[in-house]
Amino acid sequence: MLVSQFLVLAALLFSIGVYGVLVRRNAVLVLLSIELMLTAVSINLVAFGAYLQDTLLSGQVFALFVITIAAAEVGIGLAIVVMIFRNRSSANLDELDLMRW
Amino acid sequence: MDWGDWLSNSQNILFVVIALLMVAAAVRVVTSPNVVHAALMLVLALGGSAALFLMLGAEFVAWALVLVYIGAVIVLFLFGIMITRAPTGRDPVRLDHERRWPAALVALATFATLASASVAAFEDEAIEGGVSSTGDLGDVLFSRFVIPFEAVSFVLLAALIGGIVLARKDPG
Repeated sequence: MLVSQFLVLAALLFSIGVYGVLVRRNAVLVLLSIELMLTAVSINLVAFGAYLQDTLLSGQVFALFVITIAAAEVGIGLAIVVMIFRNRSSANLDELDLMRW
Repeated sequence: MDWGDWLSNSQNILFVVIALLMVAAAVRVVTSPNVVHAALMLVLALGGSAALFLMLGAEFVAWALVLVYIGAVIVLFLFGIMITRAPTGRDPVRLDHERRWPAALVALATFATLASASVAAFEDEAIEGGVSSTGDLGDVLFSRFVIPFEAVSFVLLAALIGGIVLARKDPG
């Protein structure tokens, strides 16, 4: 196995996530695309960890941290989406222009 | 690099299968007109990345991913879809923006930059996988990385409380 095959796959997943974040209107779907990007990042971390043969296993440790932060982010994000939906009865991001100048 | 040589390794054939599955699932996540299908396709993409972690010898991370993402986060997403009553039928116009090409262009540019940079930097560097190290991971997690570990657990607790406070019916 090569390092670059994992890196290219992670880059592909990351850019698919970027496309999803930019193109989706529904807030829940934007959060799904962000999950895709975070997964790409943790693939990179684990691949680099295996490549460097790190005795501290920093790659795997930080991949675990990314997973934890992602779980926290989804919890808060969905709570915000639910609250916005309750106030404005819509979860579409382009209708939330309250703070637009 | 010799592609025939590369493909003769059974690990690389497994990698190609998993990668194709993951990319197809990821594309469905961002293009599916059905919200529930998008969430379930994310399960497939995350399962593929758990399989890659197993190939790289990151056993604990793989199973933590399965437990946390596929077990909890996807269920949370499905609840979010249910509560916000996102259109679950086929209604692509309301789920996506009208203009997709600028977004596709940005994504393509991102991919070209990242992929060319990483291929240029690590042309033929080999990687060794398949060594299980869960015990070592536990050792470093509770010795060298114990402060970051506690900080992350505090963040998780704060997020838990914040989620409850935000989503409550009557704030106050």
